[in-house]
Amino acid sequence: MNQPLSVSTLGAQAVDVDIRSVDLSYGTNHVLKGIDLHIRPGEFFAFLGPSGCGKTTLLRLIAGFNRADGGEVLVGGREVSHLPPWKRDVGMVFQSYALWPHMSVKRNVAFGLEERKVPRAEIERRVAAALELVGLSHLADRRPSQLSGGQQQRVAVARTIAIEPKVLLLDEPLSNLDAKMRVQVRRELRDLQQRLGLTTIFVTHDQEEANTICDRIAVMNDGAVQQVGSPMELYEKPANLFVASFLGTANIVPGRVIEEGGARLFEIDAGVRLPIPAHVTVPEGAKLVFRPQHASLGADGARDVSLPGTVLHSEFLGSTVRYGVKVGSAEVSIDVPFQSGEAIHKPGAAVEVGLSLNAAVWLAS
Amino acid sequence: MADATTAGRAHAPSGPFRHFMTSATPGQLALALAITVFLALFLIIPVGTVIYVAFTEKGTGTFTLVNFVDFARTDLFIRSFWNSVYVSAMSVVLASIFALPLAYITTRFDFRGAMLIQTLGFLPLIMPPFVGAVAMLLLFGRNGTVNLLLNDWFGFRIPFMEGLNGVIFVQAVHYFPFILINLSAALRNIDRAMEEAAQNLGCSGFRLFRRIVFPLAMPGYIAGASLVFVKVFDDLATPLLLNVKDMLAPQAYLRVTSIGIADPMGYVISVVLIVMSILAMWVSARAMRGKDYATVQRGGGGLAKRQMRPWESVAAYAAVLLILLLVLAPHIGLLLLSFATIWSFSPLPDGFTLAHYGRVFGESFVYVKNTLIYASLAGLIDVVLGTAIAYLVLRTKLIGRQWLDWAATAALAIPGVVLGIGYLRTFYGVQLPDGTPLATLWIVIVLALAIRRLPYALRACYAALQQISVSLEEAAENLGATKVRTVRRIVLPLMAGGILAGFVTSFATAAVELSATLMLVQSNADAPLAYGLYVFMQSAAGRGPGAALGVIAVLLVALCTFASHLIIEKSQKAKGAGH
Repeated sequence: MNQPLSVSTLGAQAVDVDIRSVDLSYGTNHVLKGIDLHIRPGEFFAFLGPSGCGKTTLLRLIAGFNRADGGEVLVGGREVSHLPPWKRDVGMVFQSYALWPHMSVKRNVAFGLEERKVPRAEIERRVAAALELVGLSHLADRRPSQLSGGQQQRVAVARTIAIEPKVLLLDEPLSNLDAKMRVQVRRELRDLQQRLGLTTIFVTHDQEEANTICDRIAVMNDGAVQQVGSPMELYEKPANLFVASFLGTANIVPGRVIEEGGARLFEIDAGVRLPIPAHVTVPEGAKLVFRPQHASLGADGARDVSLPGTVLHSEFLGSTVRYGVKVGSAEVSIDVPFQSGEAIHKPGAAVEVGLSLNAAVWLAS
Repeated sequence: MADATTAGRAHAPSGPFRHFMTSATPGQLALALAITVFLALFLIIPVGTVIYVAFTEKGTGTFTLVNFVDFARTDLFIRSFWNSVYVSAMSVVLASIFALPLAYITTRFDFRGAMLIQTLGFLPLIMPPFVGAVAMLLLFGRNGTVNLLLNDWFGFRIPFMEGLNGVIFVQAVHYFPFILINLSAALRNIDRAMEEAAQNLGCSGFRLFRRIVFPLAMPGYIAGASLVFVKVFDDLATPLLLNVKDMLAPQAYLRVTSIGIADPMGYVISVVLIVMSILAMWVSARAMRGKDYATVQRGGGGLAKRQMRPWESVAAYAAVLLILLLVLAPHIGLLLLSFATIWSFSPLPDGFTLAHYGRVFGESFVYVKNTLIYASLAGLIDVVLGTAIAYLVLRTKLIGRQWLDWAATAALAIPGVVLGIGYLRTFYGVQLPDGTPLATLWIVIVLALAIRRLPYALRACYAALQQISVSLEEAAENLGATKVRTVRRIVLPLMAGGILAGFVTSFATAAVELSATLMLVQSNADAPLAYGLYVFMQSAAGRGPGAALGVIAVLLVALCTFASHLIIEKSQKAKGAGH
């Protein structure tokens, strides 16, 4: 046991979490609608969605603070739905941290171990290891109220990993930090998770947070999972309009599919049309979806099609200029890299909008 | 900014810049001065006199500690002191046993009737404890209902009401709401994540309560417990009525009334009472300091009300019912007694009658009338003073304005019996033109009540004013309203709810107050309800009418409190949730 502090000091056997057709209602309010998710061992997984989408409810359900009306939750292959929170061994870091103000940092971290009747010497060792891991050994005897927000957050993490949970649950852990701390702490969290190899579920409404630290994301809306995938998959191949617009900015252009001379065309407005690549399937009533950076203004040989448009307004963002351009009856956003000395198109200017078809998708809903 | 708009109004002749720096108009100065004089006359000088007499030699006025040496050498006083400490401490323990389950069950579980229990829990407060004492004797005394039944069924009795036990029992039943209120508020303010985090780490059940919930609610509990301790320590009428004389407050009263206001022992005891009060408040303040555990934070939900399992439900309802039955026993007993023909050596009265109410309405209605006048006047004085002090402290830069607040709040530490003794000593020598001493006028009772209840009204007014944004007043001044008109048209209407709440608190508690008035009432015609009750309850024959009067008092206070509660709620709704 006399090895240097490392991952092995706070051991963790990565397990998977299996959520099978979980349903939950508060009265007539159907909060979770048949959720099916499989979170792999050692994965950093995010529940991402707007507030009220059910992501926190689902997290609390895994921790045992909510009871499902139907379905089951398996942690490491073991059904836990019938277990109370205190018998589940899933560590949760609360949004408000929930550090007990009447206990010192050390006593906070030792709490879970004391409850497990761990021998005193072992408690000492694991508390020291957990605090070492989050870099707070020097503050062990402080009260939580004497710590900064970022430090409190790390104590909350230390308190949870000290019990060597099977799964780590993080409920919007960055929302109480200022913007600068957020970037730093999310890197620390990712680093910690990698070192411990602990299966981790992270709840957030911030797509940037989810994108930067998670292996895979489940995008949720209105109590249902919309799509599961890696951040890049979700961004490039959104399964529906909600996912497309929730992750980054998307132009969503309505129109209809017409046939002309054996080729399929997408007509945005009378005369404004573009070819649909042969391998693309376009569902009934689908809309054209593309990102602002996948279009350009003026002649650009790299783009597949060119459509006539009128500049409505422009926003100078530094590295890029974002134009609002009217194409047919639709308004789209287009990002153009800013080059020094280059003039910015004035509102009302007629422009050619170039589009890369391989980056465009058609989505019905 | 505010200064520029007030420039049109008469103010101190100093330059406008200096005026801005010190910012006291003659009106504000006059107001502060008037309040200072009032507090000096009716609080500081009487209490100062008591302390002065305790520390000086009788007749010569030279400083001496010999009175305290006498106190320490008299067995009776030392025994009384320890009896008072014991009774107060045990009352806190018993009151905690009543309050803890009620507070925990109603705030932590999905419990039907939680609101009703919280409301019923307040009931004991609106009846003077000594009134309940008589009813408790009939229910729990040696030959009371419970013991008669116990003796019949099992052949033994429990000495609920013997000696000090009786005082402890009655006081605990009466004052436990203070602990209930404070503890419930503290429990409600705990972020539910605090408990969930503990559960998540493997803690549950009673361990969860002991390690997390109770420590977090501790400051609230200490605040309530120290209040109970002080109240019991200062109470005069309950021990007297239960014929317990060897406690400190009754001793002070007996010395002054039987030996005379020149005897120094009454004053020494008064100083001891004051010191104990301050000590208890100091303990409470220490417990609160740096422990603002109101922990509801961003992202934390309010309270998690848990569902109970069936057997838990049964146990909880049984416990709650038993406690409610106990703490409402004085009311039930009083109600029975007020309708009883004869109730002695039997579990229930022999027969029922309305005669007592007839007699009360016939002869004793003067008590009710006096109480209404006294309590209303006292309440009025309190809210006027409270609003004025709150305004001076929060809205002016008057030098020393904090002292007004502190002086008014200091009344909390002055037991009623001490204030009564101080008034007698200070105002007995002051005579009106026709030769009657000032101390015998009924208005002195009103002033004593007003001083006693001022701290409560002040806190209510203070809180009300604190919630009003200064910019609302600045906007009025910016549109041309003077300070006085701004106060009248903006500040007072917005404070109305808080002022009314302060008035009700003062009124309701003044209506049942006895400690100070027992000293000051000179004739039956000037006596308030509580005094009348006390007189009635002392004789066996007077208990029926006394009980009827007690029921009327309880109804009166309850009705007034409920009515003002409705008014406050209505005005809050009219103003919208913002205030």
